[in-house]
Amino acid sequence: MSKSSLNSSSGWLRSYTVIYLVFIYLPILFLPLFSFNDGIYVAFPMSGFTLNWWAEMVNQPGMHKALWNSFSVAVPVCLISTTLGMMGAKALTTYKLYGARALTGLFTLPLVTPFLILGIALLISFDNYGIDLSLFTVGVGHVLICVPFSLFVLLSRMESFDRSLEEVALDLGETPWMMFWRVTFPIAMPGIVASLLLTFTISFDEFLLAFFLTGDASTLPIFIWSQLRFPGKLPAVLALGSAILIVTVFIVIVAELMRRKGSANSTENVI
Amino acid sequence: MPESSFISIQGVSKHFGSIVAVDSVDLEIGKGEFFALLGPSGCGKTTLLRMLAGFEIPSQGEINIDGEQMSTVPPYQRPVNMVFQNYAIFPHLNVFQNIAFGLRKDRLPADELEKRVSDVLSLIKMEGFGERKPDELSGGQRQRVALARALIKKPKVLLLDEPLGALDKNLREQMQLELRQLQKIVGVTFVFVTHDQEEALTMSDRIAVMSAGKVLEVGSPEDLYEHPQTRFVADFLGTMNVFDGHIHARDGDSYIVDTRELGRISARIESQDFSKGEKMSVALRPENLQIVNSQSMTVMDGSISGVMSNTAYFGNSAQIYVELEGSDQPLVVSIQNLEGAASKAAHGNREVTIGWSKSSVLLLKDA
Repeated sequence: MSKSSLNSSSGWLRSYTVIYLVFIYLPILFLPLFSFNDGIYVAFPMSGFTLNWWAEMVNQPGMHKALWNSFSVAVPVCLISTTLGMMGAKALTTYKLYGARALTGLFTLPLVTPFLILGIALLISFDNYGIDLSLFTVGVGHVLICVPFSLFVLLSRMESFDRSLEEVALDLGETPWMMFWRVTFPIAMPGIVASLLLTFTISFDEFLLAFFLTGDASTLPIFIWSQLRFPGKLPAVLALGSAILIVTVFIVIVAELMRRKGSANSTENVI
Repeated sequence: MPESSFISIQGVSKHFGSIVAVDSVDLEIGKGEFFALLGPSGCGKTTLLRMLAGFEIPSQGEINIDGEQMSTVPPYQRPVNMVFQNYAIFPHLNVFQNIAFGLRKDRLPADELEKRVSDVLSLIKMEGFGERKPDELSGGQRQRVALARALIKKPKVLLLDEPLGALDKNLREQMQLELRQLQKIVGVTFVFVTHDQEEALTMSDRIAVMSAGKVLEVGSPEDLYEHPQTRFVADFLGTMNVFDGHIHARDGDSYIVDTRELGRISARIESQDFSKGEKMSVALRPENLQIVNSQSMTVMDGSISGVMSNTAYFGNSAQIYVELEGSDQPLVVSIQNLEGAASKAAHGNREVTIGWSKSSVLLLKDA
């Protein structure tokens, strides 16, 4: 009796899981599917296979420029925010700072502020200081929202860090600077990689702040948004979306593998 | 006292806010000594060790090692290495890389480095373990790697923070002997911190007993165990029967002391001076007490009767608890289990007479 009810409930759970996954991933799968469809309307029945959209996507000069712009914002942003996040995490975990909790709360503020408000606030500030809008101002905005993410990823990594490992390095003759590079950095490495990938992704697909803070240069999300106005351009956007999807899945898999390797290595330092 | 002082600690104090962790400590430690800082947790022994390593800077006082002023020298410039309580083996490096960690600045050629590391690996009896990762090592092996990593730096002083605390009992006893032998081989001055009085007695040349940030007494294990000067040390090292008393009179080579529990007893004068009427403590080791029976021929200088209430049986010996009239503190008597003496003595609530010689009565100043 109890066994059959257990079976039926696990049957329900199974179908719930399947429906959930379909609901989440099926729409995403439409992207690559229709990027090969020989027609400009995203609707069934599909009219035939073509590689034209992919070719059009690759040959769009505007897209190349936008892709390049997005990279040239996201790469410095992920490096700068991870560096800042590392410094913050190190300070919060190493020293008994006065008001550390309040400080951590303050760091999270950009996360809970609506990006719309943040965007307007930054726009006004840049204008007041006479700073012209450009990819640089987009980068500044992105660093602001990426540092909290980086900080939290690295805080969780650094909290389990055994301080005596650093003391051993000092004791064995290394200066604090070399201690950081020989002990702290390699042990925090999985967290640093995770932070780099996360902040890169955030900056790469962020739309609102970029929309407010960019001048005439557009990043990839802005480019895609501008393309959506022309129905004929939609299939090429789908091809672009598919390409981004594939790269993202690849990055996530790599990050997960790195993380597993890292956590397997680090379990034994907590004796 | 060591002939020459190698480590000299003069008037060193350490304050953390309003807390005084170490309170004007003076210590002289000789070259090649195996020196123990012994005390209960929170007595300041680890803080003192960390000041020797350079992780804490003294609030007052001076530390000299081999004639050089050390108080403000950072850890990475001191001729001192430390073995941490949890061993702190670098998780991202293998055994070889862990041990070679401190040699980076020496820029040794690869074969020389290889040789230095394999030399210490054989010193700690871990040949062929170089490629192992830390998570493949047992507790004892980690401890040896931590030792090797420090010793390969050829420090003038090796500091050990509760080096055996994390090991189980059998392994700990084995490592006590090994550490002692290792120290003889390398000839480095060892300063180690422990709260385990047996460990301190077994391993050290000399012991400093600490309490509440102060060093109470310094001496060889025999000195401190057999002739403690303070009540705390007498109580902390081994089991001790301690009673409050005051000096009644001096009689030739003895003091006559009045106590509530033991009555009026006499004790041989050693080095201390007491004045008439001075409040002090009287102490007797359990192994210096005997059960006196009608057949026994030995003449006792003092004796008292009581009722046996409890026995703790240890196999090779036993401790008998004797309730004394007018006292809630039982007298602990240790007897050797010769031909089953302990098991025979251990029977029931009978009245016994306990005797002692006056040279075994210790007189302690009240601190």
